[in-house]
Amino acid sequence: MATALPITPPTALTEEQPRSRNTVWRRFRRHRIALAGAVILILLVLIAIFAKFIAPWDPNYIDNAHWQGYPLAPGVAGHILGSDENGRDLLSRLIFGAQISLTVAVFSVFMEIVIGTVLGAISGYYGGWVDFAIMRLTDVVLSIPLLPLLLVITAIVADTSNKAALNFGVIVLIIGGLSWPSVARLVRASFLSLREREFTEAARALGNRDGRIIFRHLLPNAIAPIIVQATLEVANVIILESTLSFLGFGIQPPTASWGNMLANAQSNITIAPWAAIFPGLCILITVLAINYLGDGLRDALDPNMR
Amino acid sequence: MIPLLLLVSIVLFSILQEAPGGPLTPYLQNPHITAADIARLKHNLGLDQPPPIQYLHWLGRVLHGDFGWSQSNSEPVTQAIVERLPATLELMGASFVFSLAIGVAFGIISAVRQYSWIDYLVTTFSFFGQSMPVFWFALMLQLLFAVYGIPLPGGYKIALPSAGISTSDSFDFADRLTHLILPTIVLSLAFIAQYSRFMRSSMLEVIRTDYMRTAAAKGVSQIGVIFRHGLKNALIPLVTIVALTLPGLVAGAVITEQIFAWPGMGRLFITALSQFDFALLMGYMMLTSFLVIVCNLLADICYAWLDPRVKYS
Repeated sequence: MATALPITPPTALTEEQPRSRNTVWRRFRRHRIALAGAVILILLVLIAIFAKFIAPWDPNYIDNAHWQGYPLAPGVAGHILGSDENGRDLLSRLIFGAQISLTVAVFSVFMEIVIGTVLGAISGYYGGWVDFAIMRLTDVVLSIPLLPLLLVITAIVADTSNKAALNFGVIVLIIGGLSWPSVARLVRASFLSLREREFTEAARALGNRDGRIIFRHLLPNAIAPIIVQATLEVANVIILESTLSFLGFGIQPPTASWGNMLANAQSNITIAPWAAIFPGLCILITVLAINYLGDGLRDALDPNMR
Repeated sequence: MIPLLLLVSIVLFSILQEAPGGPLTPYLQNPHITAADIARLKHNLGLDQPPPIQYLHWLGRVLHGDFGWSQSNSEPVTQAIVERLPATLELMGASFVFSLAIGVAFGIISAVRQYSWIDYLVTTFSFFGQSMPVFWFALMLQLLFAVYGIPLPGGYKIALPSAGISTSDSFDFADRLTHLILPTIVLSLAFIAQYSRFMRSSMLEVIRTDYMRTAAAKGVSQIGVIFRHGLKNALIPLVTIVALTLPGLVAGAVITEQIFAWPGMGRLFITALSQFDFALLMGYMMLTSFLVIVCNLLADICYAWLDPRVKYS
């Protein structure tokens, strides 16, 4: 897998830079809710990073002193949001759940963007039979409904070496390895038009190798939609991972993820509604913040994109 | 379309082949079945042959309408799916019609009254709808209507799908409807959000065109301009989006059926998954992929038919 490709940031480019960073920032700032989304997201990331220091309890500690077989109500015995059905502190599990959910999402999306960008770039730049082959591959992946496909694959992995095999890395590989086609199509579309432009011809006339033209000259010009797509994909993957975990085919207990915290909440919903309310609320707030952030980025980076 | 379907089937077949016991996985967990039995079964079912040969055998049977034997249901896969198909189609159909109607209506109102409070309301709603985890939304609705028993406006009681649905021999339309309400709302939310958002931008584009101004100048009423001239043109790009969101409807149905214990294909799939019922999983995946491919094709055809400017070579 090609994870260490020399993708240069857009600032490294001097020949065609449509707008300065300042303009982008000024436009982004005008989008108030997107700004709020960014702030919430930064807070969440900080919480995830410093989970160990913020969480009032160990997320897997069973409070046997107070727990008597049913979930503790919020506020009881120092459990601010109560406990889950096993007597573990809900707030602490939510905080560690943020860690898992965010890292799975970020790594999956990184993988998805790298695969999608490389395949899309090759497809759009070279055309011909390479393009044909890559596009048929994306057609195939896009024709199979993603969630059932993910469930089948995780079920196979879980059966091969028991559910413990469904750890963080495997989930990332599966999600990242299957959700790249939309990115590939997006990148291909921009490359199809970029390769006809004069600066591409100039770069070719100067004797640059294809790899250099693709990554140093074309990619920086196609980066705006990729950034927006990446942001929105983080939101999608958070929902996807939590859905898998909810159905029992994602992150496995005792590791807390927002999705698997909800798995048992349904059967306890009459006695412990809080165990069902808070994890979902975390997912909703996070995804909402990211979606608004993505919207603001779209407006700021490329007002003509939609 | 046929080559694509073949490719999809090859990919799915190879993926499912990766299961430790292949199609015999369910038998491996049965203590009454010895290794010799497994070997005999393998030979009898042709599973000792190389995978490409097995695939061709599978393909040959499928072309005759035989998707194999479902071990988790002890009946042919085709029968298991056909039995559950109506329930799933009922749920998906209801959600599709509901979300399309509400989404288009929201989009039009939002575009016509751009930057009004109602536009902000619709836009905010669509952001929430797209960010809502389906399974949690379902749990919250159950909490509100089933646990706390909040009645709907007008005093209608919501019935949970799993509880007391009338059996098929006494089909009661009103009863069906009360059971459909919650799952339909849950499944529709994300699609209402997407459709209304797309409809809004599509309508905004159309409103600014010359032919809209001409129609208004010729004295067509505002309602007439929006519906006779605007809506028709704004709906064209929506066709593509609708087709592209259909895989999401399949996925959403899996979750919704699981949570509401809806007796459809989605639940069948989840049950098959926990026992690794090879034939059924293969059949389900092929059927849903087929559905997606057909929908995409339909979208292309509709698009060309609705917009004479589009030509396919």
